[in-house]
Amino acid sequence: MSSRPALSRAVIAERTWSVLLDLVVFAAVLACIQGLLVMSRYWLGAMTPVAHIDRSPRALPLYAFYSTVRIAVGYVLSLVFALGYGYIAAYNRRLEGLMVAVLDILQSIPVLSFLPGVMLAMVALFPTRQLGVEAGAIILIFTGQVWNMAFSFYASLKSIPRELREAARIYGFGAWQRFVELELPYGAIGLVWNSMVSVAGGWFFLMACEMFVLGKRDFRLPGLGSYLQTAAGAGDTGAIFWGLGAMIGVILLIDQVVWRPAIAWSDKFKFEQVESTAQPTSAVLNLLRRSNLLVRWRTAVMTPLAERAALRFARRGAMFEPPAGPVVWKRVAGWAGAVSCGAAILYALFEAAMTLRTLTTPELTSTLHGAAATFGRVAVSLVIAAAWTIPAGVAIGFNPRLARIAQPLAQLAASVPATALFPVLLLALIRMGGGLGIGSILLMLLGTQWYVLFNVIAGAMAIPSDLREVADVFRFSKWQRWRTVILPGIFPYLITGMVTASGGAWNASIVAEYFHFKGQTLSTVGLGAQISSATDAGNSDLLLLSTIVMAALVVCVNRALWRPLYRLAATRYKLEV
Amino acid sequence: MQPIIEARKVEKSYGSEGDGFIQVIAPTDLAVYPDEILALLGPSGSGKSTLLRMLAGLAKPSAGEVIHHGHEVGGPCENVAIVFQSFALFPWLTVLENVAAPLKAHGVPAAQRTERSLRILDTVGLDGFENAYPKELSGGMKQRVGFARALVVEPEVLFMDEPFSALDVLTAENLRGELLELWQSHKMPTRAVFLVTHNIEEAVLLADRIVVLGKNPARIRTDFRVSLPRPRERKDSRFTQLVDYIYRVLTRPDLAPAAGPEVLPERTRPRYQMLPHAPRGAVAGLLEMLLDRGRDDMYRLAGALSFEIDDLLPVVDAAVLLGFAKVEEGDVEITPAGREFADADILRRKELFRAAALENITLIHQIHRSLEAKEGHSLPDTFFEDLLDEHFSEDEAKAQLETAIHWGRYAELFDHDAGARRFFIPEEAPAALAGPSTSEATH
Repeated sequence: MSSRPALSRAVIAERTWSVLLDLVVFAAVLACIQGLLVMSRYWLGAMTPVAHIDRSPRALPLYAFYSTVRIAVGYVLSLVFALGYGYIAAYNRRLEGLMVAVLDILQSIPVLSFLPGVMLAMVALFPTRQLGVEAGAIILIFTGQVWNMAFSFYASLKSIPRELREAARIYGFGAWQRFVELELPYGAIGLVWNSMVSVAGGWFFLMACEMFVLGKRDFRLPGLGSYLQTAAGAGDTGAIFWGLGAMIGVILLIDQVVWRPAIAWSDKFKFEQVESTAQPTSAVLNLLRRSNLLVRWRTAVMTPLAERAALRFARRGAMFEPPAGPVVWKRVAGWAGAVSCGAAILYALFEAAMTLRTLTTPELTSTLHGAAATFGRVAVSLVIAAAWTIPAGVAIGFNPRLARIAQPLAQLAASVPATALFPVLLLALIRMGGGLGIGSILLMLLGTQWYVLFNVIAGAMAIPSDLREVADVFRFSKWQRWRTVILPGIFPYLITGMVTASGGAWNASIVAEYFHFKGQTLSTVGLGAQISSATDAGNSDLLLLSTIVMAALVVCVNRALWRPLYRLAATRYKLEV
Repeated sequence: MQPIIEARKVEKSYGSEGDGFIQVIAPTDLAVYPDEILALLGPSGSGKSTLLRMLAGLAKPSAGEVIHHGHEVGGPCENVAIVFQSFALFPWLTVLENVAAPLKAHGVPAAQRTERSLRILDTVGLDGFENAYPKELSGGMKQRVGFARALVVEPEVLFMDEPFSALDVLTAENLRGELLELWQSHKMPTRAVFLVTHNIEEAVLLADRIVVLGKNPARIRTDFRVSLPRPRERKDSRFTQLVDYIYRVLTRPDLAPAAGPEVLPERTRPRYQMLPHAPRGAVAGLLEMLLDRGRDDMYRLAGALSFEIDDLLPVVDAAVLLGFAKVEEGDVEITPAGREFADADILRRKELFRAAALENITLIHQIHRSLEAKEGHSLPDTFFEDLLDEHFSEDEAKAQLETAIHWGRYAELFDHDAGARRFFIPEEAPAALAGPSTSEATH
């Protein structure tokens, strides 16, 4: 038969391919080990708070590597913490309400204002090693990444269907098996998507915190963020382009090597009864699945390990429910924990009050002025974002051909952290002679408009075609079409995008309103500028006040504006199939 | 004979004693004996599934106890299995992994797990599918996986919670036959089967013993043995007689339990009238059908409408509540008022419906009267939710209001704004009807 030679040729191709693949995998493993060595040598080395930043492109790979490792470590910490936090919040009935409320508030606190406290604490912890400064940056990234992941896992755990839970209970699953076979798989998709959002946020903060001034101390960590800031400070256009190129390259690479495979892999955790037609695919994942080395690693190491874990945790606790009544010592420990937490909070409040006592009236009034100014800027940037993204997003969403071209482009634009572009934009602004008052709106827009655009596109695509056909059949006027079909259709998506954008804009204000540039400081009136300048000056009481005011503003706006709109979107404007 | 699992005076209630106390299941005794298939029948929402979960140790009774081989049950029973209505398979595990999961939980080593699972898959006719994922299978095959997972642990009692109701008619019939064959040929090591269902014929086809539950709160109406020889034929006159008998028990809540094991205590307080969740259009359809037939057997009616009894009962209840029909001995008969309604044109029907609803439906009457009395003719949902909370569970209270809104809108008595969560009387609504005096409809 003629298919025979073709078949054997395919087998040969497959074989050679997998040998190559194995080589690549092997090389990747070696590279990881080498990277680990480099990193540990650097971290455990003596502290050099102000690294010399080399502006030549040859230094970029190492800088990119350092930045990526910071992001990766921060992300792994976030993942572990998010799993633990979500798990406890979902299963501890007494703590649940408190923990969810804490999540809600921590999500809205401007992370960057923690920078001085965290840095000083970490440097004090490891006074002689580079690890101290690095840990500070990593913890900052962690605090920017962790909350939405924790919330996603918590929400997944709470929404596991009752009968699946009952099946796990009646068949005697222990805690470990339940975690591995039910809870983690059920939460996987949410975790992957939220991880992507989180890591994008991580880049945003990393770019800002690799280079900053704290009172009299100057910190500069070798990385892409400090490279870009240094290049912009020196007005070195070539270096700026090299830096941006490296940054985009790294982000695209991570997207292809980490997120695409993760999305394709997590598709099997989709909780659906019928197979969907369109499944995400990833070439990298397909290749990895074919690597002999990895297959052998799985059968020889992973499977036996999983089996040993399963058998070890089985039987214990699986068949025996914990005794029904609360154990005395548990209750005592609970109370002790609650009391000590309460005491710590009271002490912190007292300390905060003592710190705030030294505030002067001009500081208070300037805080209020700043709050009003930043509030205005956030509002304006949101309005501008909505004004251009709604028509653009609807046009893209309604036109599949346009969407195919525009979506990857928009994704690329969105993946570049706004903070990396700030120095560049600032350079342009100054050349054009614009002030930072208006310029900072532009900077905020840069970071936030994409959320709105993506959501509007998704919303426009989700409008059922028969609704649009109704508009065609009855010859709706343009205005009528927008009012009765398009705007209500995209409303829930628009609100989702605006909420995210609003949070992002507040956070961006800290870096957008105040800038060190070529040895001088550019700033404008605003809450964000006040936070940054208080950080610079080491004025902790003003920093605390501004942070509290900003957090309070964000929480209030969320409660008073976004949450009712959200509810409206979830009830009246939900397109039910 | 010693029962395997026995419920003693178990009850389920929500809320605290006093206000807001709702009893879902009245104190009930129920025992599962070896070598029998026990079918638990009851209208939907009667608490059958809750009773199953209490027996299996998944739910804690509010009072009373469940005894398993002489020991009180404190958590999930050992050595039992459940087949779920929704299959409850883990979509990220293959068929084989799904079936092997309970064995893994019991610490069975991998090789043995695979061997035992494959053997069970073979028994239920799924050999060759062990590496498929559940989403690649049809509903019937998914439920076969559910059976395999249940049987692989060699359970002493096999609990089944409406296992066939998510399947199409033919698949369900096929699976029932296979289950019966496994049971009769002792190919499964199970000593007793506990089947929850709302399908009367299914119960008569499979069970050795049938227990019928009443509703609000659930209590055993009747408990009897089925002595029909197997294989049972649906066309057999003894079969249809038995089905008819159960229909009568189910459709006449006021009927004293015929063969029930106990006479139950009287209710402690008058119960609030419960709106059946029937679409108004279905009531009209039923009446039109009865217009020709006058009086008909409910069993035949369900057949003619190709309804499950579960779907027909609320419609009949609604018609009876409105005074358009009455039920006697399992037969439905149209009343003169119902005849007038069915004969009328669209507008006249609306008027008749309005009058009947105001006169006979407590909730609609109350909503209407409260709105009339209120300045601005508008009240928030919470006002009525509070009112209903005393009599119904939270979900049921919501469902009651939804039905009331549906009927009230049709009758043009009041309207509802879902966004503001308020009831109101629209400006142009007709004033309250002259006709039924409002005071006598309050009870």
